[in-house]
Amino acid sequence: MNKIRKIGTGVAVAAVAATALTYSSVASFAWEPNKPIEFVIMAGKGGGADKMARLMQSVVEKHKMSAMPLLPVNKPGGSGAEALVHLNGKKGADANHTIMVTLNSFYTTPLRQPALGVDPLSFAPIARMAEDTFLLWVHKDSGIKDVDGFVKAAKAKGNDWIMAGTGKASEDNLLTDFLNSAYGLSMKYVPYKGGGAVAKQLAGQHANSTVNNPSEQEGFYAAGDTVPIAAFTDERMAMFPDAPTFKELGKDFEYYMQRSVVGAPKMSAEALAYYQGLFKNVFDSDEWQAYRKKKSLRGDLISGDAMKVYWQTNNEIHRQMLIKMGAIKG
Amino acid sequence: MEILGLLGNGFLVAFEPLNLGLIIFGVTVGLFIGAMPGLGSVNGVAILLPMTFLVPPASAMIFLAAIYYGAMYGGAISSIMLGIPGASTAVATTFDGRPLALQGKADTALVVAATASFIGGTVSILLFTGFAPALAHIALDFGDPEIFALMLLAFATFVGLSGDDIPKTIFSICIGLVFSAVGLDIMSGEPRLVFMNITGFMHGINFLVLAIGVYGIGEMLWTIEVTRGETQMSKATISLRRIVGHFGEMMRIWKSWTLGSFLGFFVGILPAAGATPGSLMAYGVAKMTAKNPRDFGKGEPAGVAAPEAANNAASTGSMLPMLTLGIPGSPTTAILLGGMVIWGLVPGPRLFIDETVFVWSLIASLYAANLFAFLINVAFVPVFLWMLKMPFTILAPTIFVLSLIGGYAPTQDMHDVWLMLIFGVGAYMLRKLDYPLAPAVLAIVLGPIAEPKMRQSLLISGGDFSVFFTRPIAGPITIIAIILILLPVFQLIRRKIKESRQAG
Repeated sequence: MNKIRKIGTGVAVAAVAATALTYSSVASFAWEPNKPIEFVIMAGKGGGADKMARLMQSVVEKHKMSAMPLLPVNKPGGSGAEALVHLNGKKGADANHTIMVTLNSFYTTPLRQPALGVDPLSFAPIARMAEDTFLLWVHKDSGIKDVDGFVKAAKAKGNDWIMAGTGKASEDNLLTDFLNSAYGLSMKYVPYKGGGAVAKQLAGQHANSTVNNPSEQEGFYAAGDTVPIAAFTDERMAMFPDAPTFKELGKDFEYYMQRSVVGAPKMSAEALAYYQGLFKNVFDSDEWQAYRKKKSLRGDLISGDAMKVYWQTNNEIHRQMLIKMGAIKG
Repeated sequence: MEILGLLGNGFLVAFEPLNLGLIIFGVTVGLFIGAMPGLGSVNGVAILLPMTFLVPPASAMIFLAAIYYGAMYGGAISSIMLGIPGASTAVATTFDGRPLALQGKADTALVVAATASFIGGTVSILLFTGFAPALAHIALDFGDPEIFALMLLAFATFVGLSGDDIPKTIFSICIGLVFSAVGLDIMSGEPRLVFMNITGFMHGINFLVLAIGVYGIGEMLWTIEVTRGETQMSKATISLRRIVGHFGEMMRIWKSWTLGSFLGFFVGILPAAGATPGSLMAYGVAKMTAKNPRDFGKGEPAGVAAPEAANNAASTGSMLPMLTLGIPGSPTTAILLGGMVIWGLVPGPRLFIDETVFVWSLIASLYAANLFAFLINVAFVPVFLWMLKMPFTILAPTIFVLSLIGGYAPTQDMHDVWLMLIFGVGAYMLRKLDYPLAPAVLAIVLGPIAEPKMRQSLLISGGDFSVFFTRPIAGPITIIAIILILLPVFQLIRRKIKESRQAG
């Protein structure tokens, strides 16, 4: 009897000690989420941003980096306008529990729609996790092997050449405009809900070309259905050694997509610091590093003030691009 | 024969003790998550995704697929018992499941739902096993005009068959379509129909808000008025003999579940659609092809069997574009896709070649999950019936609270809860005026798919509507849809001619 009581006491002591340990490790942060974190994805399902967001969520869960789960929610409506407005309206505790995976429509959508009342520079700079790349893709059955062949085929079809992309005045639209003006083409741009849907349009030959990210076309490329014919990067990508860059082809043009995590504009400084730490851990994880390498992602981790500077530069670049395109007034 | 060998190996993996345990556990968890209004397979899979890092990828996928399956079965339970759709995929099940429960035949509805789910699931897994790579091609061949034509067909099944009151049906569809247009436009990014600039409307009107408003709140108000608090639900009993009788009932309505299974699977494999449109279309087609269309909506078991067979078939179907094209056919498969990314599997046409063990053990586990979901579900029927024996004074507030939770859970926005209450009261009044409300729910589900597809098609064709008629797949579907819509008009004319002849 005595012995049992002793064991009982021992167990109780151990339990208390364990609780105290957990508690102290939790208490070492100034701020901790106290409810599930809404993880908004500013794009549709199956696209590059979506896949990346779900990978980040999985990394956080796998290594138990956060006491509260991240709950991914896709808000692709209106080239990300829905997501931006959603975060902009978060107040109080909600603002501290809402983060978002964002891309370049972070700049273009507010520029095009001042009525939304969203200022991208006001968002909480958590982390730029990477920069994604773009390539020009065609279907294997088109027989097109290079940019010359592409220009010839697109010229012949004129306005009937379909370029599928991810929303009006999105990254894809900007690249389409670049191609149209650089090569004297008049391709027709048709918007879809996400990069995954765009990739499928090309694989099913409902579109003639796309400017997908590598991760979006990967599956079809591996199966030999689609071919990249040129890259919008400064040098050739290890994953697609046969696709020349537009720089090599004599066009001084490169373009990247930010893969960043931002917080609601009204997020508190303590919460921001917490998320900056959290995503630094995600960035340093083996899974993220392996993914970065495998998907030919560029760019180092930046956050805080450096990220704001990065935003300012890119916001200006996009403003100029949109002015040139005629989408907004100068 | 090669397929059978691969499937055999898959079964060996699926029946490993760990995997079999995960299947049974996953199905049970899924069943209860699916039965909770507002919580569906999406939530279940998202919440339990982290648990899967403890086991190998194939086991993880098997577990998540089991939850998915269980939730599909579970969704029917609250649709039938409480009249609140347990998940978006179970909306069509309320149309006839609820009236059956009110007539004291909840056991019929539950057993029919479970059996039809089992059949739908089995048919679709068989199709999946035999033809997955070929079907992936069909999914790719469906461009914008084809999907729009299919959506048109879905609308047509609801107009053409309503019979009772066509103007009221069309009015109901139009209300649903207007609601579905609210929010930010996908194509241009401009906000539309944002009433009073309330930001809650920016994200559009979630169709569960309308569905729960109509079927949870509106129906409850109606039931209170009609029965004055004395419902007959508690009469339902269950015995082995009754269960056997229900299987006899299943034989009578074979057409509905056969149709539901094939239609559901086919709609499920299309990346734009998924299980919710699939089950609604199955309901419409079952009603149209039945001998007694007028009994639908009043407690016809075939009206439960068709959507339940379809939503299970579609859930298997929607795995197909996810695995072979990397495009999820439903929100749940999007999360499964995320899981695959971290396990290092690249979904796409090569997956069936590069990862045969993974693919085939997943398929084999679907067979097992389907069987266990059926058995567990039927075993729980007495428990569910016992719950219904609670007095209505307890049941009604419970339904009300669950409706509120269901409205709040998906977006966590009080705006949606207020909207749901308004819809509930509106639905009650429309119901008193004999307006059919199912078409409005159908419209708010299909509208957001149909509208961008129409605009994309017209953008590609340069504004030429002939694109819906001249393409080999879209053309016939569009023409059938138009004939169906016009059918009641022809019948009316014929009747008028007959009458005038008789008069003459």
